Amino acid sequence: MSTTNALKMDKPVPDSLLDTSTQGIIGKPLDRKEGPLKVSGAATYAAEYQIENLAYGVLVGAPFGKGKITGIDSDVAKALPGVIDVVTDFDKFLTTPAQGLAPKAPQGVENVQYFGEIVAIVLAESFEAARDAAQQVVINHEAADDGRYDFEALKGEAEKPAKGDIPSHFSQGDLDKAMTDAPVTLDVTFTTPSQNSAAMEPHASIATWDDSGMLTLHGSYQMPGNDVEQLAAALGVSKSKVRIVARYVGGGFGSKLGIAPESVAAALAAKALGRPVKAVMARQQVFDATVRRSNTEQRIRLAATADGKLTAMGHETLTSNLPDDDYFEPTGQATHFMYAAENREINHDIVRLDWLLSGSMRAPGEAVGMLALEGAMDELAEKLGIDPIEFRKINEPEMDPEKGVPHSSRELVRCMDVGATSFGWDKRNATPGTRREGEWLVGIGMAAAARANMLQPSEARVTLSATGRATVETDMTDIGTGTYTILGQIAGEVLGLPLEHVDVELGDTNFPTAAGSGGSFGAGSSGTSVYLAAEAIREKIAKAMGVDVDALTLKDGHAVADNRRVPLGELAGEGIVAIGSIKPGKQEKEKTQSSYGAHFAEVGVNAVTGEVRVRRMLGVFAAGRILNAKTARSQCLGGMTFGIGTALTEDLIHDPRNGKLVNRDLAEYHLPVNADVPQLEVEFLEERDIHANPMHAKGIGELGISGAGAAIANAVYNATGIRVRDYPLTLDKILEGLPEL
Amino acid sequence: MQFTINGETHDVEPDIRASLLDVLREHVGLTGTKKGCDHGQCGACTVLVNGRRINSCLTLAVMHQDDDILTIEGLGSADNLHPMQAAFVKHDGYQCGYCTPGQICSAVGMLDEVKKGWPSHVSDKLDSVSLSNDEISERMSGNLCRCSAYPNIVDAISEVSGLTPAQKEAADA
Amino acid sequence: MKTFAYSRAESPEAAVAAGGRFIAGGTNLLDLMKLQIETPESLVDISRLDLAKIEEREDGGLTIGALVPNSDLAADPRVIAGYPVLSRALLAGASGQLRNKASTGGNLLQRTRCYYFYDKATACNKREPGTGCSAIGGVNRILAILGTSEHCIATHPSDMAVAMRALDATIVTLKSDGDRRRIAIGEFYRLPGDTPQIENVLEAGELITHVELPTPPKGEQLYRKVRDRASYAFALVSVAGIVSVEDGKIASAALAFGGLGPMPWRDPAVEAALIGQAPSDAAFAAAADALLKDAKGYGTNDFKIPLTRRTLIASLRELTGVSA
Repeated sequence: MSTTNALKMDKPVPDSLLDTSTQGIIGKPLDRKEGPLKVSGAATYAAEYQIENLAYGVLVGAPFGKGKITGIDSDVAKALPGVIDVVTDFDKFLTTPAQGLAPKAPQGVENVQYFGEIVAIVLAESFEAARDAAQQVVINHEAADDGRYDFEALKGEAEKPAKGDIPSHFSQGDLDKAMTDAPVTLDVTFTTPSQNSAAMEPHASIATWDDSGMLTLHGSYQMPGNDVEQLAAALGVSKSKVRIVARYVGGGFGSKLGIAPESVAAALAAKALGRPVKAVMARQQVFDATVRRSNTEQRIRLAATADGKLTAMGHETLTSNLPDDDYFEPTGQATHFMYAAENREINHDIVRLDWLLSGSMRAPGEAVGMLALEGAMDELAEKLGIDPIEFRKINEPEMDPEKGVPHSSRELVRCMDVGATSFGWDKRNATPGTRREGEWLVGIGMAAAARANMLQPSEARVTLSATGRATVETDMTDIGTGTYTILGQIAGEVLGLPLEHVDVELGDTNFPTAAGSGGSFGAGSSGTSVYLAAEAIREKIAKAMGVDVDALTLKDGHAVADNRRVPLGELAGEGIVAIGSIKPGKQEKEKTQSSYGAHFAEVGVNAVTGEVRVRRMLGVFAAGRILNAKTARSQCLGGMTFGIGTALTEDLIHDPRNGKLVNRDLAEYHLPVNADVPQLEVEFLEERDIHANPMHAKGIGELGISGAGAAIANAVYNATGIRVRDYPLTLDKILEGLPEL
Repeated sequence: MQFTINGETHDVEPDIRASLLDVLREHVGLTGTKKGCDHGQCGACTVLVNGRRINSCLTLAVMHQDDDILTIEGLGSADNLHPMQAAFVKHDGYQCGYCTPGQICSAVGMLDEVKKGWPSHVSDKLDSVSLSNDEISERMSGNLCRCSAYPNIVDAISEVSGLTPAQKEAADA
Repeated sequence: MKTFAYSRAESPEAAVAAGGRFIAGGTNLLDLMKLQIETPESLVDISRLDLAKIEEREDGGLTIGALVPNSDLAADPRVIAGYPVLSRALLAGASGQLRNKASTGGNLLQRTRCYYFYDKATACNKREPGTGCSAIGGVNRILAILGTSEHCIATHPSDMAVAMRALDATIVTLKSDGDRRRIAIGEFYRLPGDTPQIENVLEAGELITHVELPTPPKGEQLYRKVRDRASYAFALVSVAGIVSVEDGKIASAALAFGGLGPMPWRDPAVEAALIGQAPSDAAFAAAADALLKDAKGYGTNDFKIPLTRRTLIASLRELTGVSA
């Protein structure tokens, strides 16, 4: 028997139990609950469940670009010792992964859409036999003669995306006229390449059907509650017949939002074989056949008065995607509300290409959109002769410049000021190329950060047992985000329990459906559901005590009120169960919600070779209440490092002759290594956002990447006087502009 | 084939082609050692063989039947952590946790290399080595972490290595 | 990986008699076998042979066993003292884990990191002779500008071998007929021409047993590697340099280059442009001109030409103490 405490975020919630509670664990930099399991190798990821009678599946990718399969010759493969079968299904195999939050995944592989598309799975008694056999499968095909593989050649044919959740085009006032009228203008184009999320755990599934026709999929997925719908739809079974378990997820960064080809292949193969099947994508297949962040070409136009007031902002983006997919990288997402300017144009168009799917990767939109916007702001500040921080302050909007609604909370200016002081911004020489230390040109740059805040429907169950322990259950995931810990802290704070007395069970669709991990909405959404469930339990405790809930203090496992101190277990009876349920409401329309920050970077650019090394970096962030100062800081470190990779090394290269990925492994797709990353610094500002949720917390997982790369590029300019607008800033793009030796 | 893993003897019959990594994960049930790339490009599979850190994905199991193999499970358990494991928890030297066992095994092997006086790419002098943040970063660069706990990993290792903040600063300067 | 017969050799003589593919560290071979770019039918495990010692010779040089791991070689006090360019090159390569496994002999035989060589879905003359070169006309940012042919523009990826080329190492082998050979490293590698699949002069079944370094050279030594990440990345360009200056003139110079050609690159014309000259930017520029006279860019790797020039000049300044 459980009660449900539901909330739709239609109104602000000014009072938070997290402020009036006294347990004192919320926000504290507590160690991760699951830490000992992770550091000892005992945390179990998708491919690591010990399941009897398992068959090994290795996926087969099409070794060609767009074309039609005319036959699959698997005789040689099947004849190899240990090989059980080669399975494909032209109708049911996924042609691409599902987009995050989409109801369905695109299916059908007879007509191959892109190089490396997964078209079959080889099953064997050992991984070694399956891997060998997979390479003996011959995919015969007729190549399409209308393959579109060259972005540069085809970008003139961009088209407007179909109407979706995010408007692709926006216009206000007259940008062209403002550009003509203004005394100071900027019109520049930035490009960013395709990128890969490159989570360290490759996509993996173990599919097991039981006698009743129930499928259990141990998978590596960010949003099991939605993924289970996608998987059921792909298999043509009822959602009630599919369970996804994802207790530990080895990173996602967007690439595991929707189901990927290995899940359906494993499930179909397991059905065909009548035994469990494990399918783990090879790293090269993760590159080839999951999802990429789109490359972009972004034209930024800015117009300003002589004293630095922006009169116009244009942000026009070309992204790329497959012919049938209207997802576009929403690069203008923060441009909509970052700065005041009367005349505005923010457009996104898609160049149709037969490349692998483009979709969400950490901070879709801001991650690369702010490279352009914040680079352009730096350029215009210099043109105006105004300090870059001052320039941003001049253009700080009082209200959302497009919707005319207030910001829910916005501490951008304070982030910049605090960061400037901490980092020593006053020591920056505004004239570029003037600081040299031996072979190194040294420069400092900054950029603003913003990431739109979102809330998604989410549910959790909290149980207070007769032993006085609480259990949180939800199909929310912890993909490294700290969810196990913060959900425990929220429940513990509201119920007056130390963290050790709260058990947190995640990543199982048998539990109530959560928002999942994506879009930085995970903590705010799932955290609120736990908060609401705990709030309901608190009320029941008050009732059991016979006191008004406002007179109740819960601390260290006891309820205190009315001069009595009673162990919670005694009040729980046979256990108190409550479901918390949060839904987004009018608050997201009535207020513009975003977290903000400011990045500061100091780089060295080698005057001989053009190699860039980040020497120092600071991020100052305001994201509402920080739920755990340790894990939140780690999220920001991670985001900032993504920014370093984006700025300097990450470049997923497509061969324009067939669309195939050229650098499809971790040797040549350059994630930052330890030596690329200095001891980054993170500062949080105290903030509460009563419009976001009852916890007053906003998303933080993607804030750290937003703008980070721009701060580095701006620092490279300050160091050298070379403005590179073609990301990443590899040395070949810098070399030409370096001074003579 | 017979293997000595974490001090215990295991008799298993893998395919001759099996990597040490796949024997650990698929035959012995020691899944703490991770497969991130299977090609020596990420370090998630790092284990200690005869005390030296290696990529277990790029070596055939059959070649290690006389060796002393130490995995993350042998280093310490959840309720009895090795000091390096405890330091990773304390400093949040991980996020998703997938690269973590490899990072920890690598760190343990790395400190031993420092103890032996092995220089690194960033050592000023090849014949006298002292640890610093830069040294730790360079020596740990064979272990990718996409969540990027790098600064925290450096702090964790630095603590275990016994470097005081002042020593670190002096060495970095 | 295709299946194979496995045997463990008890002696070098038994190894060559076994007539299979040798495996020592396996860090490159297994990488390629998993992708079926290498498909040996039998593997002869030489990792336990007694070839892991570094010994001083009477002439003052060093004899390095082919199985000495890269990390041990880099940290050997005799190498550090007499051949720091070799230590530096080794430490600039790969990762700590890989250096612990990779052997001296195996490192010399590393195969290219060309994107297309690594991808069986593409044409590659080195992998499948006669299929064509996808890198020419494709993406070739990391590939060669010297010593290329119309059939192949792959680079040799080793750092160690570049230092050894500058050090005039000698490769000692045991042939399958039991004969020994001593091959100067300058004679060891082959240009691709129209047979890019043949990368060196080793005969079938010939085993590298040792590498000999001559007496430590006079002068300053340096290894400078330019790459896309601060660590754990292959060279875009690298320079191994050994230069001595006497009486204000460059008395000797040995310069070898990585990332530029199908082999660790060394060109006598570069050294001729330097020897006898007073160290100066003019002399360094002449050396760069000599090196890059026949350099050919293939599009996205064009930048390697100016990058090499700048890196060489800066390296020579450092080696000779000339400041800008």
